[in-house]
Amino acid sequence: MLGRTCAEDVFDVAVIGGGVVGCAVMRRFALAGAKAVLIEAAPDILAGASKANSAILHTGFDAPPGSLEWQLMQAGYREYLDIHAAYNLPLLQTGALVCAWNEDEAARLEGIVAQARLNNVADVRPLGAGVARALVPGLSPRLVDAVEVPGEYVIDPWSAPLAYLNQAVALGAKLLFNAELLAGQFDGTWQLQTKAGAVRAAAVVNTAGLYGDVVDARLGFTPEFTIKPRKGQFVVFDKATARHVPCIILPVPSETTKGIVLCPTAFGNVLVGPTAEEQEDRTRATVEAETLTALIRRAAEIVPALAEMPVTAVYAGLRPATETKAYRVASRPEQRAITLGGVRSTGLTAALGLAGHALSLHAQFGTALPAAPPVVPPVRLPNLAESRPRDWQQQGCGEIVCHCEMVTRREIEAALASAVPPGDFGGLKRRTRAGLGRCQGFYCNARLAAMTQGRLRTPLAVPAEGG
Amino acid sequence: MGDAADVIVVGSGPAGVAAAVELRRNGVERVVLLEREADLGGATRHCSHSPFGMREFGRVYSGPAYARRLAAEAVRHGVTIRAGYSVVSLHEDARLTVACNGVVSELEAKRIIVATGAREASRAARLLPGDRPVGVLSTGALQSYVALHGLMPFRRPVILGSELVTFSAVLTCLRHGARPVAVVETLPYALARAPASWFPGLLGIPFFRGAELLDIQGRARVENIRISHGGNLRDIACDGVLVTGRFLPEASLFLNSGMGLAQGAQAPAIDQDGRCANPLYFACGNVLRAVETGGWAFREGRAIGAAVARDLAHPVAVQRVAVEFAPPIKLVVPGYVRAGDATTGALGEFQLRFTARVRGELSLELDGVPVWARRREFLPERRVLVPMPAGLQAAQRISFCFREG
Repeated sequence: MLGRTCAEDVFDVAVIGGGVVGCAVMRRFALAGAKAVLIEAAPDILAGASKANSAILHTGFDAPPGSLEWQLMQAGYREYLDIHAAYNLPLLQTGALVCAWNEDEAARLEGIVAQARLNNVADVRPLGAGVARALVPGLSPRLVDAVEVPGEYVIDPWSAPLAYLNQAVALGAKLLFNAELLAGQFDGTWQLQTKAGAVRAAAVVNTAGLYGDVVDARLGFTPEFTIKPRKGQFVVFDKATARHVPCIILPVPSETTKGIVLCPTAFGNVLVGPTAEEQEDRTRATVEAETLTALIRRAAEIVPALAEMPVTAVYAGLRPATETKAYRVASRPEQRAITLGGVRSTGLTAALGLAGHALSLHAQFGTALPAAPPVVPPVRLPNLAESRPRDWQQQGCGEIVCHCEMVTRREIEAALASAVPPGDFGGLKRRTRAGLGRCQGFYCNARLAAMTQGRLRTPLAVPAEGG
Repeated sequence: MGDAADVIVVGSGPAGVAAAVELRRNGVERVVLLEREADLGGATRHCSHSPFGMREFGRVYSGPAYARRLAAEAVRHGVTIRAGYSVVSLHEDARLTVACNGVVSELEAKRIIVATGAREASRAARLLPGDRPVGVLSTGALQSYVALHGLMPFRRPVILGSELVTFSAVLTCLRHGARPVAVVETLPYALARAPASWFPGLLGIPFFRGAELLDIQGRARVENIRISHGGNLRDIACDGVLVTGRFLPEASLFLNSGMGLAQGAQAPAIDQDGRCANPLYFACGNVLRAVETGGWAFREGRAIGAAVARDLAHPVAVQRVAVEFAPPIKLVVPGYVRAGDATTGALGEFQLRFTARVRGELSLELDGVPVWARRREFLPERRVLVPMPAGLQAAQRISFCFREG
C-alpha cells in the first residue's frame, strides 16, 4: 500500500498504531490537510484493544467530572452524532439503565445522578425498579432500583474506525501494515524505522494502545506511564435473545471498572462482559471456560431468559490500562510528538475527541499543515447493522455466502477490493460479518477460504503438501 | 411464484427431498422445495464418509453423487425447486419471508415442512479456552474444504471428540495429506462404537480419553494445545484444531420466530406425524434430533411427507399429549403424541438419547402402567429406539422413566 516512492516523502504526520484512536487521528489530520501515514504492526487495523469492546457510545455521565477523559468523550460523542449518517454508520438509540441489585448499590444511584448532572448529562433520571421492569420486562424481579441514561447508544465498533481511516485514505493518506515501529530519531524531522521500511515524518502521534509505553521508549522518550494490560472476556448470545435486551443494562460502577454490561449489539445479538483481569502479557487475550460460564450466569441473573439461550461467540480483549485511571496524553513540542496513551474502555467514544485534541496540540508545534482539502470525498461504509437495510435486501446482490449473518458474495468481494482491505481473517469478519454468526463457519468457512486465497496474511487454507 | 403452494419444504438434504418427493407421489400438486445453497443435497454434498443410498435407491453412492441423485429425484417427481432461496422467517399462518438475489418476498402454503438439518456445536458454543487463531474448525467445514473446494485448512491437526464423525474426520485428513497428531476426548471413553474407536490406535495416532483441553495457543494460526490427562499437563504442537460432533439441530428459524424449541433436543417438538405445536408446520430429519445418518433422515422425510399428504386430505384434531421424561434422558422424539386417532402415524418408534453413560432400566409407562422396559447400559449420542405400543394414542399420560442400577 505504501508506494516505493513514499520512502522518499516526508509525511506531515506519522500515526503509530491503527486502533480506533489511530484511525480517528488519521482522519482528523487528513481533513486538516496533513499528508498522513499510518504505521501498524499487525496485518490490519483494530488488532489490539479496539477489536474487543462493548460497542457503546457513552455519554460520559459517570466519567470523572472535569477530566480530560470526560471532555474528550463528550467531544467524541457529539462528533459521532454529527458524522455517522454521512459515513452510513449505525446509531442504535437504545439508552441505558444503570441497575442496582442490592441496597448498597441503590444507595449509590443518587450520587450517579448528581455526577451525571455535573457532567452535563442532564437527562439522566431515577426510574425506580417498577418503571425499569415495565421498560425491560425481561429484567429479573430482583431489581432494586434503576437510573435511566437515555443518551447511551450502541454503535458498530469496527465500521466506525474503518470509516475514519477510509476518509483519510480518500484524502491521500498512506497505510503501512506489518510495520512494527523499531526505532525513531528526531533531527528536525522524524526518521522512523519499521519492519516494513523507513518513514520520514515532521511529527508523530503515538496511538499504540497496548504498546503505548513501548513506542514512546522506541521514539527515545522516557515513558510517562507503564501499560498494565487488563483483560476483558465477553460472551455473545444468539440473536433470538435480542427481544429480551432492548437497551444497555449497566451495573453501578465501582472505582476500578465500569463493571459487567449486558447490551444489544448493532448486529442483533446480545453481549455480556467484560471481566477485568490484570495480566502481564500484552499479546494473549485468552478466553477461559469458567469465566465464560460465570458471565453467562451473571447475564441470566440480570435477564433470566438468557439462561437457556445458545451462545454464538466468545471473545476477549486487552485494555491498555496504566498506573492511573486517567488518559495519559503527552505533548512534546520540541520533538513534535504527541502520545495518546492509557485509553481504555471509553476509547471508542472518545476517539474522535482525542483526534481533535491531538490536532490542537499539534497546532502548538508551530509547523503549519498544508491547506485543508477544498473538497472532502464522501465515504460511505456498507451497513452491517440489523436495524437498517443490508446488502441481502438489495436487488441483484447475488448469492449469500454466510447464511447466519446473511452476508453476500458481493459484500465479501467488495471488502477484499476496498481501499482498506482486510489483512487477516478477523479483519474480513469485522468488515462483513462473514463467519461471525451462530454456526461460526460450519457452513461458510471453506467458501471463505476459497474466496480469500492469496488475500490474507494468514490464509485459511494451507498450501498443498509439497506445493 | 404467484399462487400459494400446497406444501413448501425448507431444506434439500435427504429428509427434505424425500418429503417433497413423497408428497408428489401422493398426488399433492404444488410442492415447492427451498434450498439456500445453489445445489441440492444439504450436508451430503460434502460427506466423504460412509456409503449412501443402499436402502433408498438400491445402490451405493458417495455423498456428492447421492446429493445429485436427490436432486434428480426431486426433478423427476415434479417438485418445484427453488435453489438460492434463504428463508428469513417463519410466520404463524404458514407464510415464509424469503430472500433470493436481493428480492425479499413472502411465500404461502397450506403446510410447511422444515428440514434444515443439523450442525456441529462451534468452538465458541463449547466455551473452549485459549486464543482464537485461524485453524479451529468443525468437521462440516473440513469436509467442505476438501469436497467443494479442493483445499485443506491444516496439516497437523488435533481432533477433538470421539463420535463416528470424529473418526470419519481422521480418515478425511489422512486421505487429503493431513496427519492428525492426536485425538482428544473429555469423556473417559469413546462415544463411537468399536471398530471406529480403534482407529486412532491402529494408525498410531495418540488417543487421549478423559483429557481436558486447557488452552489453544497461537497468534495467527494454531501453534499448540495444552491438555490435562491423567494428572499431567501435556503440550501438543499442531497447526489446527478440528472440533467434531456434538451436533445441534439447525433450528434457528423456530428459535427466531418465537415458536420455541423443545428442551433437551433444542429442536421443534413434533408429534408422531412430524407435526409441530403449530399444526401448519411439520419438521423432519436432523433438525428434530441431531444427529442421524442420511439414510435415516431420508426414511423419516418420506414417512413425514406421506403424513403431510394425509393431513392435507383429512386434517386431524391437534389434541396432543406431551411425552414426559427427565435426565439422564436428554430427549425423546416425537415429544408429543397426537391423541384420539387410531390411524398409524409416520413414526413407529420413539427415539431417545441420554445425557451421560448410565446403566439401569429404561421403561415406558402409559397412564402409570409400564408397557415396555429394558435394562442395559446407555451411552450419550447413541440412538435408543422404543416401539410405539398399542393403546398409545388413548393414553392420557405418557412417560419415560429411568432407574439406575
